[in-house]
Amino acid sequence: MSATVNKKSAKDVKNIKEVVRADVVSATVNKKIENRESKIKNLQVPSLEHIADSIHTWLYVTCSPALALIIEFALVALCVIGLFSMLGLVLILMERKVSAWMQVRLGPNRVGPGGMFQTVADTMKLIFKEGMTPDGADKFLFNLAPFIVMIVAMVVLAPLMFARNFQIWDINIGVLFVAAVSSISVIGILMAGWASNNKYSLLGAMRSGAQIVSYELSAGLAILSIVVLSGSLQISEIIEAQQTGWWIFKGHIPVFISFVIFLIAVTAETNRAPFDLAEAESELTAGFHTEYSGMKFALFFLAEYVNVFIVCAIGATLFLGGWMPLHIGNWSGFNTVMDYIPSSLWFLGKTFFLIFLIMWFRWTFPRLRIDQLLNLEWKYLLPISMVNLLLITLMAILGWHF
Amino acid sequence: MYRETEIIKSPGTDLDSEGDLVINIGPQHPATHGVLHLVITMNGETIKKVEPHLGYIHRSIEKMCESLSYRQFIYVTSRMDYLSSHINNHGCALCVEKGLQVEIPPRAKVIRVLMDELTRLASHQLWWGAMGMDVGALTPFFHAFREREMINDIMEETCGARLTMNYMVPGGVMADLHPNFQSAVKKFIAHFKTKIDEYDELVTDNMIFQNRTQGVGVISKEDVISYGMTGPSARGSGVQCDIRKLYPYEIYQSLQFDEILETGGDCFSRYMVRMKEMRQSLSIIEQLIDNIPEGDFQAKTKAVLKLPKGEFYSRVETARGEFGVYIVSEGGLTPYRIKFRSPGFSNLSALDHMARGSKLGDLVAIMGTLDLVIPDIDR
Repeated sequence: MSATVNKKSAKDVKNIKEVVRADVVSATVNKKIENRESKIKNLQVPSLEHIADSIHTWLYVTCSPALALIIEFALVALCVIGLFSMLGLVLILMERKVSAWMQVRLGPNRVGPGGMFQTVADTMKLIFKEGMTPDGADKFLFNLAPFIVMIVAMVVLAPLMFARNFQIWDINIGVLFVAAVSSISVIGILMAGWASNNKYSLLGAMRSGAQIVSYELSAGLAILSIVVLSGSLQISEIIEAQQTGWWIFKGHIPVFISFVIFLIAVTAETNRAPFDLAEAESELTAGFHTEYSGMKFALFFLAEYVNVFIVCAIGATLFLGGWMPLHIGNWSGFNTVMDYIPSSLWFLGKTFFLIFLIMWFRWTFPRLRIDQLLNLEWKYLLPISMVNLLLITLMAILGWHF
Repeated sequence: MYRETEIIKSPGTDLDSEGDLVINIGPQHPATHGVLHLVITMNGETIKKVEPHLGYIHRSIEKMCESLSYRQFIYVTSRMDYLSSHINNHGCALCVEKGLQVEIPPRAKVIRVLMDELTRLASHQLWWGAMGMDVGALTPFFHAFREREMINDIMEETCGARLTMNYMVPGGVMADLHPNFQSAVKKFIAHFKTKIDEYDELVTDNMIFQNRTQGVGVISKEDVISYGMTGPSARGSGVQCDIRKLYPYEIYQSLQFDEILETGGDCFSRYMVRMKEMRQSLSIIEQLIDNIPEGDFQAKTKAVLKLPKGEFYSRVETARGEFGVYIVSEGGLTPYRIKFRSPGFSNLSALDHMARGSKLGDLVAIMGTLDLVIPDIDR
């Protein structure tokens, strides 16, 4: 009996041992998997979000909070200025290459590999050029105007989300902030046109004023339609609302219409062809910046391109999901592959796609006339976007969107 | 400043009201395609008066011709309307031949017409590109120059020059055709036939372009005649004025081509006339390129030409309109007096009439469709 018991117990012990061993094995396997996952997570560490976070924590650990804050301010300012100049160089080169491609030319190809440093050379030339002020000009306003235009372009960068959890200032009225601040740039343009004491400049500035003020309405209504759908003005929340799909896909035709209206309106707001009446080369020589030369001219030029970047970034954020990767329903394989692409690349890719669209407009369309421009806004775009906003509001209330 | 005050106070106009803006467009301005100076009185964006000021590129070509022999003066006319220099030379050569009563060989006639039509095509291509630029589209310019380059290459092979060809001489043409001429022209025709459809796609069918040109700068048939407008600008208002049809010279009477007439009288009609004329020129070249007769390219003339005493006039159809050459001869080695009737001057004179009441952007579009070449206006 005892022997059998012993045998049994021995068997049990054996069984238990096996079970324990199996448990140990599975535990080690699990540990290994966890290790691998954490390794994968560690691999993702050098994202913009982590860099910003680690700098932030390091600063607050080593310095007093006030000093850390000041250092952070300085760092952000440096980053914005760096981004500003980089954008200027990249976008101007891109514009020249795109235009060359559309005009059966080669474009810049002498300075640097593939003409990459052509814009650098041009900037150097502009820096060394004398910034002249005409005799009859209002000197203070004349010199102030380019800085106003540029500062506005810099400030508007604040709420933009460049990657996952990476932005300067997640203000809770982000979209409103962008719309409000960007409208100040018209003051800079009017100032430049008035202070130049040149009739061409004045005409260009007046055109620009009429144009920007009118098209801000359509742009605002188009932005509002996304605000209605997301239920928030905060940029991060608007992007978060597109976790399940970008608004342009989720929002049926009305959102697509507002996307098109947004594109038209921001093309007009940034004074680019076919709405480049403010500078209308064949009519007003160079419009509001006719009298500017050297670096003062370069600031206008730079601000124009940074503005293009900003409006395209806002378009990408509102309609194309910002840094959100492209997810298609239940295709988990496809979705994980998409997740591996860094969020900053998603954001930049979408933004540069929109920038390309706007450049495409510029190099294929003739210019509108001033009365046609205003007719287009007040008689067509504004009523359409108002009705469209009503439709979208209805859609949001009834939950018809996906 | 002097000009501004003078215009505002000139009698007979209601321009001295407050709030008028006087703007000098030119002499250096991207829209005038040369040194044309327009003084514009505007109220806001609406144009009240346009006053062209000429003389910035006046070289007194007519006076210069009086001291040049009948062989030499032809080449000065290349510098007038430099975009249809062949046709200018052609008109002068015709006038001298009329005086000398020289019959030119059939091969020379065909070569002259071929060159004329190629020049017309090149000129219209450049106009198309510049027109696009005037209404704010920069891309057409480069596309037009791609095709124009082929014509320039053909010209360079045969005539030795690309712009001021100086190929026509009294009695025929200066040299025989280059052996590559026929194949190059055929290649060009095949290429351009596809590209002209592309032109239509890029600009003609564009909604913005049509809005910018339709109903803009309208001029009636009667006004066209009273202003003395000629060429495609006049045919856009339905006036028959094609010298090649009305007073055929060389072999134009035996060729199959249509005089393009549009009835709108606006910028778009003038635009369409030129676009259709390009296709007509292509068909003329196609008819001739395989039928160039053999023989001399130049009639035998004396080394020193002397026109008999009298007055001689001949006219040709350039790319811009009627070009007339009027020679008064006293029987000497040089003409006693020469007068050129250039199309650009009369066409420009109608600008004020067309532009009044329209916007500043329209003025540029109107100037674009008038196809002004300033050295042709100023001479």
